[in-house]
Amino acid sequence: MIHTVNKSPFERNSLDSCLRLSLKGSPILLIEDGVYAATGGTSVSDKVADAAKNHPMFVLGADLQARGIPEDKILDGITVVDYGGFVDLVVEHGTVHSWL
Amino acid sequence: MSEVEYDTQGVVKKFMYVNRKAPYGTIYALEVLEAVLISAAFEQHACIVFIDDGVYQIKKGQDTTAVNMKNFSKTYGIIEMEKEDADEDEDMDMVWRIIVEKESMEARGLTAEDFVVDVEVIASDELAQIMSEQEVVISG
Repeated sequence: MIHTVNKSPFERNSLDSCLRLSLKGSPILLIEDGVYAATGGTSVSDKVADAAKNHPMFVLGADLQARGIPEDKILDGITVVDYGGFVDLVVEHGTVHSWL
Repeated sequence: MSEVEYDTQGVVKKFMYVNRKAPYGTIYALEVLEAVLISAAFEQHACIVFIDDGVYQIKKGQDTTAVNMKNFSKTYGIIEMEKEDADEDEDMDMVWRIIVEKESMEARGLTAEDFVVDVEVIASDELAQIMSEQEVVISG
């Protein structure tokens, strides 16, 4: 199972719920407004950095670019993927759980 | 009228429906409920889960007359009937569960007595395990 989160962690609790209800080791992909969680120097950075120790974490590059977030501002332990990488993750991990 | 028989033999998967939104502020709750009812026709395994504000969907005592919206909380009774059918019919290999996450319920000051259907109250670590075993997850 792969988890996707598409809401900003500053507006919704989607990421919190995903972290609470996903098994250790299951991958998490941040997309759309979810990508704001991947940036350093925010009030949720510590929490996300901790999560990245327990989950392979990914962020969609196109959504970062659209929001003006340079890849060098992304937290350590989070991997930037393109749409092809998104597809590869889904193929590899099967069931998608979308945290809306 | 003769009973219509549908060919629903074949693929049976584990479906999970994850409700995380309160009932009337957005359309999510009603849309997920409709998807659950459709899946009942196809005799699939189903876990209907209420997390976060989703637990408010099944709170007792809803009365929407003054806001001119349809009170669909009563419709969850149909899910409970489907679950009972699944439990009782030995010819049907179908498991239905109605689950509320303990942490979400307690955070909102609710207990299992506050809901319009009988639910299993399950803590997040155990629920995470159940989730990971699903083949299809439909969330809202």
